[in-house]
Amino acid sequence: MKSKITRPESLKNVETHYCAGCGHGIVHRLIAEVVDELGIRERVVGVAPVGCAVLAYDYFNFDVSEAAHGRAPAVATGMKRARPDLIVFAYQGDGDLAAIGTAEIIHAANRGEGITVIFVNNGVYGMTGGQMAPTTMIGQKTETSPRGRIAESEGNPIRVAELLTQFDGVKFVERCTVSKPHNVLKARAAIKAALQIQVEGKGFGFVEILSPCPTYWGLQPRVAMKMIDERMTEVFPLGRYKNVYAQAAAR
Amino acid sequence: MAKKSLMCGNEALSEAAIEAGCRCYFGYPITPQNEVTSYMSRRMPEVNGQFVQSESELAAINMVFGAAVVGARAITSSSSPGISLMQEGISYLAGCELPAVIVNIMRGGPGLGNIGPSQADYFQATRGGGHGDYRTIVLAPSSVQELVDHVFLAFDLADKYRNPVMILGDGVLGQMVEPVEIAGRHVARRQAKEWALTGCRGRAPNKVRSLILGENELLEHNRRLQEKYRQIEEGEMRSEAVEAGDAELLLVAYGTPSRTCRAALREFRQRRYRVGLFRPVTLWPFPSAALASAAKDARAVLVVEMSAGQLIEDVRLSLAGRAVPIDLLGKPGGEVLQGAEVDAAIEKAISMHGLKRR
Repeated sequence: MKSKITRPESLKNVETHYCAGCGHGIVHRLIAEVVDELGIRERVVGVAPVGCAVLAYDYFNFDVSEAAHGRAPAVATGMKRARPDLIVFAYQGDGDLAAIGTAEIIHAANRGEGITVIFVNNGVYGMTGGQMAPTTMIGQKTETSPRGRIAESEGNPIRVAELLTQFDGVKFVERCTVSKPHNVLKARAAIKAALQIQVEGKGFGFVEILSPCPTYWGLQPRVAMKMIDERMTEVFPLGRYKNVYAQAAAR
Repeated sequence: MAKKSLMCGNEALSEAAIEAGCRCYFGYPITPQNEVTSYMSRRMPEVNGQFVQSESELAAINMVFGAAVVGARAITSSSSPGISLMQEGISYLAGCELPAVIVNIMRGGPGLGNIGPSQADYFQATRGGGHGDYRTIVLAPSSVQELVDHVFLAFDLADKYRNPVMILGDGVLGQMVEPVEIAGRHVARRQAKEWALTGCRGRAPNKVRSLILGENELLEHNRRLQEKYRQIEEGEMRSEAVEAGDAELLLVAYGTPSRTCRAALREFRQRRYRVGLFRPVTLWPFPSAALASAAKDARAVLVVEMSAGQLIEDVRLSLAGRAVPIDLLGKPGGEVLQGAEVDAAIEKAISMHGLKRR
């Protein structure tokens, strides 16, 4: 029997530490598939965040470095500036990118660094035990917003894709999700487009992926996926916000 | 023939980095080291190098981290408040065992302090600075030429030991103009960097990390780091002793104050007082044995520093168990140490400890 679905070469054959129903595993696989497809496994370098995905280097079968919390875009900048021939991507969560690392992501984007940033937004701090994130929704209960996030005292969720779209240095922005098979395929296409832009030396690409955290949302995995479609996408609308090189992406 | 030119310390160290093969500078403006950022912004593009004016010192040190991860020589520079911001990144560089060069042209503190020359970051530089059990090699030049030579040395030591190296200068050294020779002076000792992330062609993937969660793994990692630090202590202690052999009063100073001390030494030697000078060139590893031997016949030691009493702690540790009194002339607050102040402190030591003319 011939197997139709095989493990991408860019993904190690190991068990991950992610909770049941977590979206990180799906996103890892999509990145690995795209890296294989673009034939860049031997010249890609990933930057792992501080957060649940910190151990990404144990799962990706290519070179990966850690970065201090929030600093992945600065680390990726240093890598790409020093070795423009490498394909450099940063993988970040919402605490990492939208709280502690806000300065780094905004300025890397505004400089139009030739890197790709994959932003996994699950609206909560996973690794530290489910605290409120900058992307936590209004009314959402977390360890540090036990009465639900209140806009008046805690602000509203930050919409990073919209924020970065305005910078001329940014060439590609899409927000997608892994909530359903067809959405997973769209997310895959977005990751591919963003990396393809880098391969062609055309600049900064950003993909935000709405992803479930059943553990700290306190929901069954299936219900968590439903919650993305029913509530999260209301706050964080899906779509391709920017593609300066529409043709390149369509290929 | 080697060509000498007149340059200020900040510009000379920048050109030295380029001469050392460094093509990556990342930095954020802060006085009194701004000549580095502006020099690099002009010069790096001329040599196909990279200059990024980062959004903060945090970003700058992490750009250095990224360049180091992919195997490039990278440098950043700042002054005291900015170096405080970089401490997180320096801890990560040490933990991940990455080579990098950091220049601190110190100014007065604490807080925003002032922009005057200072040595008040001695503890921060020599004790690690950031979190965790680690050490940074610290070089303390006292002239523009030595600053240049230390840039070469810093890159070589960083590569050799896979460790961050800090050059600790003060505002005077950064601003002072002196004749200097740079081109052709550095014999590059390039290390192969098999550990670098350069794409996994023809090899298993590399990873760079400092999160080490396995049982006893971090303990083992720390033990290896400590072993490396012992090796550095054995191989890299550097110092200079001036007329220390017969000295009854031994001055101890590094950087700019060591020059003031040198001038005072000449004056008092002319007056037939047996004054000597010990100048640590590496502040970590601190040249304790060399200091102990320089102070062998000393009846008193006078530590001179542009801080309130930081260097003196290493002097006390080095001379522990010795009966010799150790005095301090410490001038904090970003104020230049005057020759007259050193002279007065020496006079005081002479009378207090009953030192005689030869």
